[in-house]
Amino acid sequence: MQGTKVQGVTPSQTVGPFFKYGLTPDGKYDWNDAFTNNLITPDTSGERIHLEGRVFDGDGQPIPDAMLEIWQADAQGRFNDPKDNRALPNSAFRGFGRCGTDPNGDYAFDSIKPGSVPDPAGRPQAPHILLAVFARGMLMHLYTRIYFGGEAANATDPVLALVPQDRRATLIASREPGNGTAVYRLDIRLQGDNETVFFDI
Amino acid sequence: MTLTYPIESNAVHPAHLSPAYRSSIKRAPQKPLIPMRHTLSELTGPVYGHETVRESDNDLTTQHAGEPLGERIIVHGHVLDEDGRGVPNTLVEIWQANACGRYIHVVDQHPAPLDPNFTGAGRTQSNSEGYYRFVTVKPGAYPWGNHQNAWRPAHIHFSVFGHAFISRLVTQMYFPGDPLFEFDPIFNSVPDEKARLRMVSSFDLESTQPEWALCYRFNIVLRGRNATPMETK
Repeated sequence: MQGTKVQGVTPSQTVGPFFKYGLTPDGKYDWNDAFTNNLITPDTSGERIHLEGRVFDGDGQPIPDAMLEIWQADAQGRFNDPKDNRALPNSAFRGFGRCGTDPNGDYAFDSIKPGSVPDPAGRPQAPHILLAVFARGMLMHLYTRIYFGGEAANATDPVLALVPQDRRATLIASREPGNGTAVYRLDIRLQGDNETVFFDI
Repeated sequence: MTLTYPIESNAVHPAHLSPAYRSSIKRAPQKPLIPMRHTLSELTGPVYGHETVRESDNDLTTQHAGEPLGERIIVHGHVLDEDGRGVPNTLVEIWQANACGRYIHVVDQHPAPLDPNFTGAGRTQSNSEGYYRFVTVKPGAYPWGNHQNAWRPAHIHFSVFGHAFISRLVTQMYFPGDPLFEFDPIFNSVPDEKARLRMVSSFDLESTQPEWALCYRFNIVLRGRNATPMETK
């Protein structure tokens, strides 16, 4: 197929309402998960985090049939992908997770806090996780980023700087009070007053 | 190989708000998306998942004690980048309704029978040239609540990864000549006709297996172009 003439990319279509048995069976269907919402492996180094939230539509109703996918660097800021040629990650951390929302629209991931990744100009970015949101009613997934509340580097992050000040909070997960594993919370709003910032990438 | 992901490639996709598809009305952002330069975070992507793939996962007709009912078909093709190069070793996941148009998903209440011999989920990994192949049954059309007498054309859902997190694609493969095309707001959410037809598989007589199965070819083109411009002759 080398050099096959192509006329353009294949268009996106909605993931629809019935993806769960194929993409997020989670023990409820006779099919095993390719990916889960737990990114932690026994040899993963870094600060453990529990990331949770709820996905809402434009009426403020929770969305029970959304699918979230995250992609992130390891604690040293390196991606488990040969295209990141700076150095090999120091663990088997894969950096990708998938979670279907439950009947209340809730999602959760267990992971580690990523390290800093440089931008194309070599400037450090604040720790962040990429998030893709899919759902019935969404003809194409949306991309956003999850930043961490209380992180000093947020103030100088080159991507956050592109976002109007009054909308930045929609990208920053709040640190929930409590001891033990750090719990961060971020709700995703597809539409409305506090609509999540999505990126045109 | 270094790839770039021109933003113009996204123009073929449906608008987030496509009012004829009613569910999009409350699930489409109303504020403009914010453009940004791609960083390493956007330009890398997961390169695993295939260790989960069992050898038989690409055959949806052999997952149960008996064979599913319906028309057995082969669906195959290549995953390609925008320069026509095969995308190797990438995970391809599919899910679909059974031959009667019924999904095994608990929410599907369409009064058509479930098939105890059909789950409707499959996955495979493209080979070194980007080639993939599934064996399944042709899914049925099914009614849905979007408007009076709404029916989805028969389709197979595809989920594909590619080289980067921003080459991720979830789409639907349709069958040639379906009379429901003109009435389906999801199919028609893609504004450009040529782009729409890229979601329609072609009947592949050459690859049918006599006495056994018909065959459809579906090539999937993901974002990604060679960063080095081609030399002009």
